[in-house]
Amino acid sequence: MANIKIPIGPQHPALKEPESFSITLNGETIISMDMRLGYNHRGIEKACEERTYIQAMYLVERVCGICSHSHSTCFIQAVEEIAGLAVPPRALYIRTIVSELERMHSHLLWLGVAGHEIGFDTLLMYSWRDREVVMDTLAALTGNRVNYGINTFGGVRRDISKEQLDGLLKTMDVLEERTKYYIEVASQEMTLIKRLSGVGYLSHEDAVKLGAVGPTGRASNVDADVRRDDPYLAYKDIEFKVITDTHNDVFGRTLVRVGELMQSYSMIRQLVAKIPEGPVTVKAPRKMPAGEALSRYEAPRGEDVHYVKANGTDKAERVKIRAPTLANLQSVAKMMENNRLADVPIIIAAIDPCFSCTDRMVQIKHADHGRQETLSWQALHAQSLEWYRKQGVDFADLNAKMSRRMKI
Amino acid sequence: MKWLQKLITWARIKSPWVIHFNTGACNACDIEIVAALTPRFDIERFGILLKGTPRHADVLLCSGPVTRQIQDRLVRIYEQMPEPKFVVAVGTCACSGGVFQGCYNVKGGIDAVLPVSAYIPGCPARPEAIIDGVVKLLSSLDPKPAATLPETTTTAKST
Repeated sequence: MANIKIPIGPQHPALKEPESFSITLNGETIISMDMRLGYNHRGIEKACEERTYIQAMYLVERVCGICSHSHSTCFIQAVEEIAGLAVPPRALYIRTIVSELERMHSHLLWLGVAGHEIGFDTLLMYSWRDREVVMDTLAALTGNRVNYGINTFGGVRRDISKEQLDGLLKTMDVLEERTKYYIEVASQEMTLIKRLSGVGYLSHEDAVKLGAVGPTGRASNVDADVRRDDPYLAYKDIEFKVITDTHNDVFGRTLVRVGELMQSYSMIRQLVAKIPEGPVTVKAPRKMPAGEALSRYEAPRGEDVHYVKANGTDKAERVKIRAPTLANLQSVAKMMENNRLADVPIIIAAIDPCFSCTDRMVQIKHADHGRQETLSWQALHAQSLEWYRKQGVDFADLNAKMSRRMKI
Repeated sequence: MKWLQKLITWARIKSPWVIHFNTGACNACDIEIVAALTPRFDIERFGILLKGTPRHADVLLCSGPVTRQIQDRLVRIYEQMPEPKFVVAVGTCACSGGVFQGCYNVKGGIDAVLPVSAYIPGCPARPEAIIDGVVKLLSSLDPKPAATLPETTTTAKST
């Protein structure tokens, strides 16, 4: 039978964001998949160059409405590194609390969406009901349900009172109890197990090769988490487990996410117990000194990377954003192979895609004569190692780990 | 035929089917639209149902500024909807372009491309505001004046 091509999107009932997929089918079986992105490309990186740092911070927060705190914190970390600001520890703790609450709301949201994609709408309604509890907490702590705007250069804009911290602990008890029920459902409910097992298989080797990050990678047993590997904010002060799974399929990704929910609850408890007293902000300069910085952040979907280059004025010279979904998209094509057409929505949803995060544009041009070129992975790798060596950072340890993975 | 018109208006107000289209939003308004459908806010009690295809829908909920790539698709989806049809701009970006005003790939608000019936501001628009906006749009279709609705910042006018 001849292969047929089926276009899906940009407007599609299963996927809320505009993106278009072209799926080659043989009968019901998927042979390959091609995708076209960029419907959400708004030109944020360019706009950041035309706005002052404080304006750019609010703009970067609106890269994505689900992991808004991730993007703004990641951007701020880079700028603070350039400016050499010592952020008060209490501010770091408050940022960490908001960051973990964001992870909870994002994972609960995903659980509902995954339920919806497999026709299990009860799960959607249940988990979104509980998500509202998290949203209420976020609104109480920061003043807004989404796009919190709690960050500012040198700290946070709001302090958390004693009563709010106590309330936070009570909320954690409620959520933990309900999440235990979801874990029970996810690990015992036969319809869920049968529907998700073996769907969207991504082997450990492929996950490493294609650079899967976050829960997508961890469900293929890639033991990587920026919170543990390169601690930022207050993560070095608290204990948590990095959840990995060996199922390698959508079922594994579900287990990783519900497991991470439980870890987040325990993290919030530790943060509330350890939060130090003191100021929440230091004065930040309006003009940042010249310099550049790269910042990493474990967003709910995986590793988020921001690069900022400052030139001594009140505007950034270059801002580069690499959102986690971009790193995971390559693996989606692999996951699709040999699956059924009906599994397409759940496989795409399983990486928790966020296309408004992803739609960036890159073109490498030589500054001197405008020649375009593509760097090979090895050349880029060698260049980055050289750059870090000049900065006085030794990546020998990480390098060994990387080469071990590349060999697989 | 007057009674038939009355019946149609009644049916239209009691069961508006909506389609949601992300025209380049950051996801926040989209998630709030979905949140409005879930148990806490439960927009379905007004007979509002989310549909997957524009051919079944009466109301087009747009979120986000219109990007150059999405513009043609947006017009095509609007053209596929049966008459009478209404466009609701959800969120500040959809109303005016918001923070993305002046970006090279952004055309501006929804009204730069389509006629808009109701504007719901907010970054993102809260689910309560979305419900309020949609209910106001529906009550504006009713020939009887809606005396019971309190005045808020949300504006609605019929096309």
